[in-house]
Amino acid sequence: MSDKELPKKMEETMEGTVVFGVPFPTGDDLSALKEMAPIVVKQPYASTYNYSYGQDSPFFAALANKRFIVSREPETGYTYATPRGHDMYTGKETEWVEIKPEGHIHAFTVCHFGSEEFLPQCPYVLALIEFEGVNTLFLARLIGVDPYEASTDWIGMKVKGRFLRNSKFKPTDVYFYPAE
Amino acid sequence: MRSVYAVSGGVSKFAKARPDKTFPALVKEAYDYAIADLGIEHPKFWELVDATVASYFSDHFERQLMAAIMAQDYIGMLPKPSHRVEGGGATGGICFQEGWKSIASGYADIVLCYGFEMMSHVETWKGNEFIALASDVSFDYPVGGFYSGYYAMMVSRHMAEFGTTPEQLAHVSVKNHLNAYHNPYAQKRRKLTIEDVRAAPMVAWPLTRLDICVMSDGAACTVLCSEDGLAKLEKAGGQRIPRVRVTGIGRGTDAMRLSDRPHQSYEDFYKYNALPNEMDADSRAYYKELWDHGFRYPGVHSFRAGRMGSKEAYENAGITDPLGEIDFVELHDAYTSSEIQTYEDMGLCRYGEGGPFAASGKAFMPGIDYGLDLPDEPACPVNPSGGLIACGHPVGATGLMQAVFAIWQLQHAIEKHFGDPALQVPDARCGAIHSHAGTGTYVTVSILEREE
Repeated sequence: MSDKELPKKMEETMEGTVVFGVPFPTGDDLSALKEMAPIVVKQPYASTYNYSYGQDSPFFAALANKRFIVSREPETGYTYATPRGHDMYTGKETEWVEIKPEGHIHAFTVCHFGSEEFLPQCPYVLALIEFEGVNTLFLARLIGVDPYEASTDWIGMKVKGRFLRNSKFKPTDVYFYPAE
Repeated sequence: MRSVYAVSGGVSKFAKARPDKTFPALVKEAYDYAIADLGIEHPKFWELVDATVASYFSDHFERQLMAAIMAQDYIGMLPKPSHRVEGGGATGGICFQEGWKSIASGYADIVLCYGFEMMSHVETWKGNEFIALASDVSFDYPVGGFYSGYYAMMVSRHMAEFGTTPEQLAHVSVKNHLNAYHNPYAQKRRKLTIEDVRAAPMVAWPLTRLDICVMSDGAACTVLCSEDGLAKLEKAGGQRIPRVRVTGIGRGTDAMRLSDRPHQSYEDFYKYNALPNEMDADSRAYYKELWDHGFRYPGVHSFRAGRMGSKEAYENAGITDPLGEIDFVELHDAYTSSEIQTYEDMGLCRYGEGGPFAASGKAFMPGIDYGLDLPDEPACPVNPSGGLIACGHPVGATGLMQAVFAIWQLQHAIEKHFGDPALQVPDARCGAIHSHAGTGTYVTVSILEREE
């Protein structure tokens, strides 16, 4: 043992302290604690991921270059509007094919409420877009329609894609608007 | 495979927030009820139980990884074998089926299945974000990830394909909220009109706040056993347990991304997806006409996973006429629209007929005045408990809650547990429970039948 003086008390700090004088029975009778209201505390939690798009990365590179590419099974020709590295039926690797981002609204909604991240953007329109000769759909934002005039008449509407000039490397780098 | 009996269950009070208890203590609330119903105290049950299965959806909501072991620990199940299952909204249904497999395989004679979720740990809009992380985070979530939005897109297509109306959806809301009026476990017990539902704040067109379930804190559990297990429980509890046997289970899956769902041909639908009650000439002609008008299956309007889960469960239970043979269904009505879609998947009506079926009265309880003009008599009450829309949806508990309510229905014990006989389906002999995840990615269907 050294003669060095080691601390006997944890250093007190002020951060995290939000309440003083918490009520508590003063005597030995602790039975009232069973009636005590619960303590609820705020616990922030945040993290930043280094998230890889993996085999889907070329799709985002294409959007950054104002081009729209889809995934095609080379033999059957089955084509996915949303990128997929392998076909779910044959198990074979798909190839990239460029198409024009022009299609029709297959289904849609107007979000008047949403997840925390998107709340400031409400109301916004989500649409599943179908493309000629493509077997699956693509989820996108739709602009240029009145969100307060939603109607199933929008289904089948011809739409065109437009690219953001400043890519965010998200699927929203392409968005759609009515073609007529 | 061995016979599996569902003998008891417990459900904690579901509420928007249960800050009075931690999640392990909520599980304890449900567990204590389930063993009390068997007339057994904890030390004896611990001696008898062979294994447990735990169910919760989200580490994000719980703010605790490996949360299941904390429940296992708190309710006194150590050092029994256990594992946690997870499959989005179907987590509870999967838990029930994994318990079933443990018994059916001969691995265990008595299994406790428990599930929980504490969604009040975050505000609703953050909760919506957590739930939306159960959609593809590369291609779905960043576009405006919001589950109500995904379901609203599906129903927009259902409306365009079949002429389904928002008022038909609203019938489901009125029914389920009013059923819950008689269920003391329910979170929202309300008498509503169609107008109330349509006038509620719009969340994602055409779904209003009253078309959508809310977030909840809660827990539920069930006890499953073999014939030998049943004998042990009856001996320990000194009472006869009404026989409710799980006669069939089924499960299906589909693509995570709605956009990837196939658009199959009529021939493939009949090859892979049609139910026995759709094999007649009339149904074939009906579907041929749908296809001639551009219908493709499942598209985004139908849940192939729900259909395949139903098909498998019906095959196992020997059901060929679901509407005629099943006395009630507890199904995953996270949205009024998904209840309507699920009528079709489960074969209570044909694809495309869900809207008129919802407004027909066939899915309503007998003896309850809904204040609606319903043309048909009740045929198969759907969500007699009030479903997710009214009972709440603490995700990992939900599928087990359905199982508990189904057990009580088949034990003819609703009055005993609810303190009100209104929701007892008369002479209930066969019930189906349906648990559903994501945009229809995992779906479980289990058939329970009363045996005298």
